[in-house]
This record gives sequence, C-alpha cells and structure tokens, in this order.
Amino acid sequence: MEASLNGSKTATIVARAQALFDDLSFASAREWKAAAPGRKVVGYMPIYVPREIIHAAGMLPLGIVGGGDQLEVIHGDAYYQSYICRIPRSTIELGVSGRLDFVDGMLFPSICDVIRNLSGMWKMMFPNVYVRYFDVPQNYRDDIGGNYYVNELTELMHHLGELRGQPITDDELRHSIAGYNENRRLVRELYSFRAQRPWQAPAAEVYLALRAGLVLPVEQHTEMLRDYLAAAASEERPRRDNCRIVLTGVFCEQPPLNLIKSLELAGCYVVDDDLLLVTRWLTADVPTEGNPLHNLALAFLHQSESTAAKYEPNLKEKGQHLVRAVRRSGAEGVIFACPSFCDPALLERPMLQHVLKDADIPYIAFKYAENSGQMQPIREQAGTFADSIKLWSGT
Amino acid sequence: MTTTIVTPKAAPAKEVEKDASMVKQKEMMAAHYDRLTSAPQTGEKVVSTFVPGNLNELTMCFGLLNNLPEVNAIQNGLRRTSGAFVLEAEKIGHSEDVCTYVKSDIGMMAKGNIAPNGKRFPDPDVLLLSYTGCFTFMKWFELLREQYKCETIMLHTPYMGDGKITPNMIEYMVKQLKDEVIPTLERISGVKFDIDRLREYLKKSATAEDDLVHVLQSAKRKPSPIDAYFGGIYYIGPIFGAFRGTDDAIDYYRFLREEVEARLAAGKGPVTPDGDMGKEKYRLVVEGPPNYTNFRQFWKMFYDEGAVVVASSYTKVGGVYDFGFRHDPEKPLETLAEYCLGVYTNRSLPMRIDMLTNYVNDYDADGLLINSIKSCNSFSAGQLLIMREVEKRTGKPAAFVESDLVDPRYFSAANIKNRLESYFQMIEQKRAATRAAA
Ligand code: SF4
Ligand code: SF4
Repeated sequence: MEASLNGSKTATIVARAQALFDDLSFASAREWKAAAPGRKVVGYMPIYVPREIIHAAGMLPLGIVGGGDQLEVIHGDAYYQSYICRIPRSTIELGVSGRLDFVDGMLFPSICDVIRNLSGMWKMMFPNVYVRYFDVPQNYRDDIGGNYYVNELTELMHHLGELRGQPITDDELRHSIAGYNENRRLVRELYSFRAQRPWQAPAAEVYLALRAGLVLPVEQHTEMLRDYLAAAASEERPRRDNCRIVLTGVFCEQPPLNLIKSLELAGCYVVDDDLLLVTRWLTADVPTEGNPLHNLALAFLHQSESTAAKYEPNLKEKGQHLVRAVRRSGAEGVIFACPSFCDPALLERPMLQHVLKDADIPYIAFKYAENSGQMQPIREQAGTFADSIKLWSGT
Repeated sequence: MTTTIVTPKAAPAKEVEKDASMVKQKEMMAAHYDRLTSAPQTGEKVVSTFVPGNLNELTMCFGLLNNLPEVNAIQNGLRRTSGAFVLEAEKIGHSEDVCTYVKSDIGMMAKGNIAPNGKRFPDPDVLLLSYTGCFTFMKWFELLREQYKCETIMLHTPYMGDGKITPNMIEYMVKQLKDEVIPTLERISGVKFDIDRLREYLKKSATAEDDLVHVLQSAKRKPSPIDAYFGGIYYIGPIFGAFRGTDDAIDYYRFLREEVEARLAAGKGPVTPDGDMGKEKYRLVVEGPPNYTNFRQFWKMFYDEGAVVVASSYTKVGGVYDFGFRHDPEKPLETLAEYCLGVYTNRSLPMRIDMLTNYVNDYDADGLLINSIKSCNSFSAGQLLIMREVEKRTGKPAAFVESDLVDPRYFSAANIKNRLESYFQMIEQKRAATRAAA
C-alpha cells in the first residue's frame, strides 16, 4: 500500500484487508463456515440486499463482486458475448471453478438485466444452491411499494429460515439491524473522515476496508473499521497538492484497485464515491423497536442511496444526490468511471452530467473493465483534470 | 423492444399482390401517424409508452393517443435513418455501448422528431413508463422526461425471477394502477375513468388475441403457411402497438386468419418480399430481435435457402398469448397486471429455455437459431447458455449469429450468411445421421 507507513497500525489493518481482497478462494468465509456445524453462507451481488436478514438467520452474508483483475477467466467467456460487461463472466468463473462451492444461497438484486438474467443462469447451473432474484420496489409509497417490499422481505426471511431449519425471529432480526446500524455508522464516519482529510485515508485503503466488509462477519468488520479510523486519525501522513473529486459510476463491476490508486497518484483525492453501496445503502439508522421488516422497508423507501438502478420520481431531484455529494465532501469535480457495456451507468451518465453542468461542477469520464491493465491513459486524463481544476480555482 | 407494421423504403424485387390484411394494416398505421402528428391541431392528448407492458386498453379509456418510441426506432431502422440518429446521439454524449433504440430515439428528437409521414411528432403530454422486462426503459424515459419536462408515471412490473406470478406481484401492480396510474391519467386527460369502458376494450383484445394465436400456431403445419419471425413481425404490429382493444385490430386479425387458412388449404408456404416462398427445407425457431437496418437482406438469406421460421420469441415481447393468456374483462386491472408480468423478456431464463424448447418440439423444428443483439442486455445476456441448453434438451443443432437492431454498423451480411450456411449444413448432417440410425 503506497501511502501506508511501514509497520504502522494502518498498514497492519490494510494488509489484512488486502489479503482478504486478494483471496479468490474466500478462505476466511470458508473458515467461518467450518468453525461450527450447520453454518451457512449466502452470497449476494451488487447493489443492495438487506444483509440483516441473512445475519439474523445466523448465516454469513458474502458479497460477490466479480473476479477482479487477478482471476483468469477460462470458462466464463463461453457464457457471454464480447459486448456484455465483465462482472457476470468472472462471477460465473468463480462458480464454475468451484471457488463458491461452499456458498449455500445466492441473491441477485434488481440492478440490471445482466444480473437479472444471471439469477436464472445460476438456478440452472447450480441447482443445489438457494437462488433468489431480489426485487425491490420502484414505487416509494408506503402503502404500495412498501407493502410489496414487506411481503418480499417476509418471503426471503421465510426461505432463509427454511434453509437453516428454524424460522428467523423478530428479535434475531432486531439484533442484526442493530449490528448493521453500527457498521453503517462507522462507514459513514470513515467517509466523512476521508472527506475532511483525504491524505490520511487514501481511497484505496478506504476501499479495501470497505471491501473487507463483504467477506467478514459484520461484528469483525465493525471492529476493523473502528481500528482503522482510530489509526488513520492518529498517523500523520504527507499531504499532497491534490484536487478533490467524487468518483461515480463504480457501483457494480469493480474498478481495478490500481485504477483507484492511479487517480490519487494523478492528483485527485477521492472524497466520495459510489463504490460498494451495500455498505451504506441505508443512510440513517434503522429503528430497532417495532416491526423489523417494516423498519427495513421504510428505510429502503425513504432513507436510501440514489443510484442508476433506482427510479427517481421527481425530475427536479434527478442527479441532485451527486451535487449534494460534491458539496458535502467539498469536492471540486466529478470523475465518471463506468464499466464498459454497462447500460445503467452509461445511460445515467448524460443526465448526471447535465445536472453537474447546471451546478457548475467540472467532470471527466472514462470507461473501464474489472481487468483493465493499462492505467496510463486514465492517469493522464485524471492528471489533466486535476491541473485544470487547480487552474480554475486560481491556485 | 417491439415490432410493428413496416413499410420499408427499399423497393421490393417485384410487386407483391397485397392481401386484405396488409392493406388494412397499412391504412391503420398511416391513420395512426396522421392522428398523432395532427394532435396539436385536434387537441388530442398523447401518451408515450413502451410496447412490453403497454396498457393500450387503459389509455384508450382516457382518449389518449399512444406513441411508441420503440416503434419509431424500428421505422427509422427500416428507413435507414437510424444510423445517423445513433451517431447524433453519440455526438451529444451517449455512449457507443448502450441500447441503440434509445439512441435512435434521442437522435431523432435532436434532428426534429419527424414521423414517417414527414410531419413532426407532437411532444407527449405524459410518459407512461411501463417498466416491464427491461431496465433500460427506466433510463430511456428519464432521458425523455429531461427533454419534454412532462409528467411521468411509473408502473413497476416485478420480474418473474422464480418463474411464477405471485399474489404479491398482482396486488402491487393493481395498487399502482388504482392509486397512481389511473388518477394521474384522469387528471392529465380530464376524463373520468370508466371501468366498463375498460372491460369493453379488454373483450375486444381477447377476440383479436384468439385470431393471432391461431395464425401463429398455423406454423405447426407443414409446410408452414407463415414465417413466424420475419412475417410474424408484421402480424404482431397492430396488437403490440396502438390497436390492441380496437375494432380495427379485430378486423385485421380476422382478415389475417382467413388468409392464412386459405394458404393452408392451398398447401402454400409463407409470402416473402419476393412472392411465395419456394419449397420448405428447414424449419427454425428463432430467439432474439431481428436486425432492422437490413431487414430484407436478412430475411432473404433464409427464404433463399428454403428456411422458414416456425416460431420466435421476439413475437412475444408485446405479450405471450400462445400458452393461454387472454385479456380478461372479468378482472380488468388484474388482467393488465398479468399481461405485463407475462411478456417474454419479463420471464426468467429457465422459463425462456422451456418456452424455446417447447417451440422446437411442438413446431417440429430443425433447431434453434439465436440472433444476438449487441446492444440489448435484456435479450442477450444469457443467450449462450440458452443455446446450449435448448440444444441439449431437444437434440437438435443450434446456432448463433450477431447483429444489432437499428445500428447498421453491426450488421455484417457476409458473416451472418456464412454462419447460416454452415448451420443449414449442420441440419443436413443431423438429418443424415438420424436417417442412418433409423
Ligand atoms: S456492470 Fe452494469 S451492466 Fe454489468 S452487471 Fe453491473 S450494472 Fe449490470
Ligand atoms: S435493451 Fe433491448 S429490450 Fe431494452 S429497450 Fe433496448 S432493445 Fe428494447
């Protein structure tokens, strides 16, 4: 980790997160499962699933976000044409190569047609796994979308109860909600810490720390976040003359870690992003009193992130979340990084750009794939962007 | 994603005698475009909406005229104007990677929004976002809303991920219809909703749907009197477009059924742009939309070889009627929900595989051909698995060609022709092997 101090507390934490990131056989999740009889693991893809319900069943929610740039895709390409993004083929590769053979269930959230269709493929290819396409409402009225969603959640809760052989109780769910509330609070704290002092919490480190939350039990991850925050706040690191940008479009297929590092090396501190949104999808604490499924549903309807896969009913609100992210984090520009062939990100992009233009916020855009190797063009583009921002701001 | 009645500009090799259904269809389309483009003068209100999950019976209850952007993209594909529109959209910031229907539509708007009759399309009074079977629809109408700044209604159709329609899905959709879609349409149109009027239209839909199914299933006979893909695209135009629930649609499908029955009685094959097709040599099931920019050239590659398409999935994107679903006036809102939920692209991949396997078996086809569309994730993601699975289940060879709907840059005639030729050879080999084994 370039920005870490050797032997420092942050370096130790980041090294652990990096090891989890590098491990394409999911050893830590396997160990967790093997540690007690009857344990089960339920995988989920981007963009959001209520991990609380999986946790409440005593299971480990395992985030699957493709194979990255280190996985050799041997079988996956036989399932996808060249004009389809990369995450489904590397995910299929993870499955076909046996790397996910310990996973008992897979949830495919409603994000796009590719992941939607992958849910059916998974059903056919892995018939012994519990597979569910996880639909969410695009109608945000409590009595319409809310009712629908509560019923969907009830069904999921019922299925997971069946999978473990014992129904999930409301108290178990309340307990899990509390655990994830705490985790999300720390994620938000980390984001606001980075927005204030991005040199103290480099984007690649923050990403790795977040990414660890996809494979670790939430309690351990919360611990890791707490430790990282404390360590990052206490270690003084050199401050560069970088500009501050919001990175957007990276909500599904992951950019290579090198890409994230390259942005900062090129002169852009990432002060907010839409990476791994599941870790902070719900933007406020979910109440732990009352009906837990209703609480999860209401949080989804009224206190959740905005992204391309979610309908924005109000034209005036369209894209404002990005403007707010820029203002909140004190960013000076936006970098659109979208996966190649990603309809949601690429169709959303012009609308967001119009909103930024109206708000006088500069931006640049490029595409990537999870296995993009050449960072030079991106580095140059980001470098020029950083220079021009400095020029505009008269520094 | 849809299909329509088409009147391509490129002159056919020879004039084909027009059947009553074709004449009728042409008149219906022309009249519809005239009504649409004169809406600013007549004061009629316009709703833009999508083909899969379109609620024609409902919007007619409010006297709204429907404009279907997918149909306009197809028209532009057939008229060879879509290529320039796609480029225009890319010039103004749209990615080369995304759905070309969207770009054709946006490019057309940027270039004056001219309808096939040469007059300007009116701006819609409302965008009815029937969000069924494709995520791109949502982005598409958000993009249009940005331009037109008009009211937009979302009707969210859940996906049949588990291969079934649940009571929760129906209830959700009916509630959206009752509490959001209908009240908003009432407000915009100034017309009060009358459920009996809806029932009347639904009854008419069911009558036309019966005749359509009869026509599509005539392809089970040998030789097939229809081509259920290239020809089928003409046949589904009225029912997928602005005419479901109208007397015009009833008349059209009655004419069509009579014509197909006459062809059956005479032992004739399908009509092609070059007249009656020659001897039927290959019977295919096709998955995926066609290419529109080279539609005739594409079709010719089939009929020149004696290949007829006996069933296709594309002719089910605006509604799947051949497994028994009919619009039901007895439960007007529920039936609209069921219709939306059941369209082809809203069906899970295993359902799609079952359907295509059934088609190969029931229509006694020689195999499955997939035309994979570069810019359509809804159809294309997963098609390679579909191909292998249908091949395995039916024991019949399958093949894969690639093109695009309305972007001419992705139509490679030589490639497709080569692949088709090898496919027909594979079928011959398979037949020889079966004969030898018998
Ligand atoms: S990268 Fe985009 S298109 Fe691909 S699976 Fe993710 S959201 Fe869908
Ligand atoms: S992605 Fe496919 S189904 Fe969706 S609008 Fe485009 S062509 Fe139609």
